[in-house]
Amino acid sequence: MSNAGRTRIREHPVLGPLAEAPECTIIVDSQPLTARVGEPVLAALLANGIHVVRRSEKRNEPRGLFCGIGLCTDCMVTVNGLPNTRSCVTLVEPGMVIGTRKVEP
Amino acid sequence: MKRTEVPDVLVVGGGPAGMAAAIVASEYGAKVRIVDENAWLGGQLVKQTHKFFGSARHYAGSRGIDICARLVKEAEERDVEVMLDSPVVGVFDGLVIVAERQERLAAMRPGCTILATGAGENAIAFPGWTLPGVMTAGAAQTFVNVHRIRIGHRAVVAGSGNVGLIVAYQLEQVGINVAAIVEAMPSIGGWGVHAAKVRKLGIPILTGHTIAEARGTEHVESVTIQRVDKAFRPVSGTEEILEADIVCLAVGMNSRTRLAEMAGCTLMHVPALGGKVPVHSAGMETSIPGFFVAGDISGIEEASTAIEEGRLAGLSAARTLEAVSGVEYEERRSAYIEALAELRSGPFGLARREAKEEVVKSHERRYA
Amino acid sequence: MTQLRRSGVLGEAELSCCPGVPGAERLAGGACAVMECSEEIPCNPCEADCPRGAICIGRDVTSRPTLDAKQCVGCGICVPRCPGLAIFVVDLSRDDGDRVTIPYEFLPLPKAGDPVQGLDREGARTCNAKVLSVNAGAQNDRTAAVTLWVPKGFGMRVRFFKREPKGVPHGATG
Repeated sequence: MSNAGRTRIREHPVLGPLAEAPECTIIVDSQPLTARVGEPVLAALLANGIHVVRRSEKRNEPRGLFCGIGLCTDCMVTVNGLPNTRSCVTLVEPGMVIGTRKVEP
Repeated sequence: MKRTEVPDVLVVGGGPAGMAAAIVASEYGAKVRIVDENAWLGGQLVKQTHKFFGSARHYAGSRGIDICARLVKEAEERDVEVMLDSPVVGVFDGLVIVAERQERLAAMRPGCTILATGAGENAIAFPGWTLPGVMTAGAAQTFVNVHRIRIGHRAVVAGSGNVGLIVAYQLEQVGINVAAIVEAMPSIGGWGVHAAKVRKLGIPILTGHTIAEARGTEHVESVTIQRVDKAFRPVSGTEEILEADIVCLAVGMNSRTRLAEMAGCTLMHVPALGGKVPVHSAGMETSIPGFFVAGDISGIEEASTAIEEGRLAGLSAARTLEAVSGVEYEERRSAYIEALAELRSGPFGLARREAKEEVVKSHERRYA
Repeated sequence: MTQLRRSGVLGEAELSCCPGVPGAERLAGGACAVMECSEEIPCNPCEADCPRGAICIGRDVTSRPTLDAKQCVGCGICVPRCPGLAIFVVDLSRDDGDRVTIPYEFLPLPKAGDPVQGLDREGARTCNAKVLSVNAGAQNDRTAAVTLWVPKGFGMRVRFFKREPKGVPHGATG
C-alpha cells in the first residue's frame, strides 16, 4: 500500500507546484475520505491508497487503473447509486457516494 | 454561434489535429464546432511535459502542454464553438449524433465533418496482467502528469518505442524508479536521443526480452521478465524477477476508427500506420465526400503530423464549402503537404511516408 | 546496427562521426558545445538560437546538426534548447579538471558547491564531481543547465550525475 502522504505529486520539475483546489469529503465503501473537487474519482481513490476499485465478475479478481482515459472499463465503480461508472473520467463532487464492490454501499 | 445552429464544419475530437483543423477552417469564415468526449480540450497534448521536435511551424522546442495552451487560445480567439463532455455516439448518412454533456442526444447535419478522434493504446496479455498496477503507458502519463498522482514506486516498462522511452523518463521525474524497459525486438524502437536520456539515468533497456508474468495478491508486487529468441518465443531458464509495483505497457497504438466505419468510410489495413485506417486523399478527404480525417485516426504518427493534417483537413473542408479561392487553396495545400513530407523524411519516417503514399494512391484509384 | 540502436548508448566511433561533436584539438582549446545528436530525425530548434550561427541543420530538417567549432564559444544557450537533451558544453582546457554543462530536468535542483557523483552515458558512477553553477533562468523553459567540475579526463564521459549521499535518488520530491 502506498504512503498516502507521498502520493500526490506536490512539486514537479516541469509542471511546478500542484495548484490549490478545494477539498471535499466523499464516501467510499461507507468510509469518509478527502478528495480534491473536480479530480477523477479514480485519482481520489489512488491518492487515498485505494488501488483495487472493482472485483471481476467470475473470479472475484482485483481490478483498477488500466487505460486511464475511459476506454477500457476496468475501473468501473458505483457512483451515487449508478453502477458501471468509469472512475477515471467521472469527476469528484462533494458528498459523492462511491462503492468499489459488486454490491452497492 | 448558438448551440442550436448547424455548424459548417463539425470537428470530432479536440486534440492537436482537431484544434488545428478548427483554426484553419474558421480562418475562412466557416462556423466551426469542436465536440470532445473529455472535460477539456487538448487530447494527448495535455500530458506531454517534454519539449517537442520538428521545426518552428510545429512549435519545436516548446513543451506539449504549452503548445496545447496555444492552440486552445487560438481556437477561442477564432470563436470556435466547443462542446466538452460530448462524445459522438453515431454517424448515419451525414447525420452526427452527439451525447451533449452526456445528458441528451443532439443530432446535427454539418456541412462538413472532420474526424480527429486519435488513437487508443495496444496491450499485451500475460499472467497477472489484470492486477492493479498493470496499465498502459498513457494511463501512467495521464495520472502522473494530469492528475498528479504518484501511481507507485517502481516500474517496468514494456516497449522501447518513443512512448515507452518518454514515459520512463517522466516517471523518473516524479521519483518513480524504472527498473527496466523491456523490448522484444533485438534493437530499440524509438529515437536514439530518447534512449540515451533514460540510459544515463541508469535505466537498463533490455532488448530481446518480454514480460512473462506479473505477480501479487491485490496489486503488482513483482514482475518476471524473460529473454525471447529470434522468433519471439520465450527462452526457458532466462527468467528474472524484478521488484516492481507498476507495469507500463507501451506496445503501440491503434486508430480510433469506429465512427469512420459507422459512417461507411472505406478503411484499409496498413501495418506501418498501426492497423486499419480510413482511406483518404492527399487533402485528408475520406471515401465519403465532405467527410475528412486528421491525426492519429488516419495513422499512428506524432503531434506534429497531427497538427499539419488538421490544418490540411480544415483547409479542404473550407474548400468544400467554397469558402477559399482555388489559388489560395492550392498554395496552402502544397505548403501543408510539403510540411508533412518533411516530417516523414529521414530513416525513421520512411515506412510512414510510403504507407501514407499507398493510402492516398488507394483513394485516388477509387474515389478521385 | 549502431551501438546506439542496440543499447541506447553512443559508442566512441559514432560519437566521433557526429558532425556536432568537435575534435580533440578544439575541445582542448576551451569551452565548446558537444552535440551528441547522431540520427536523422526531423528537429531543428538548436539552429535558430545560437547567437554566433555556429549550428547548422539547413533546409532538410532531418539533417544532423553540424557545429562550426571555430565559431562556438561554449556559451551554453543551446544546452536547454535541445528537445532530446543531447547538447552539452565541455571544457577540457583547464589544468585543475574538466567542466561539463548538462541539461537537467529534475527536482530538487542542486546548488553550487554540492558534491555529486558523475555518471556516464550508461548511468554508471564514474567519478566524484562538484556542482559549479546551476542556470535555471526562465529563458531555459524549465531545463536547468548544471555545470559540473569533473576530474581531468572525464569531461567527455560524464553526462549525468547523482547527488550524494548515495541512495538519495534524483526526482525525490514532495
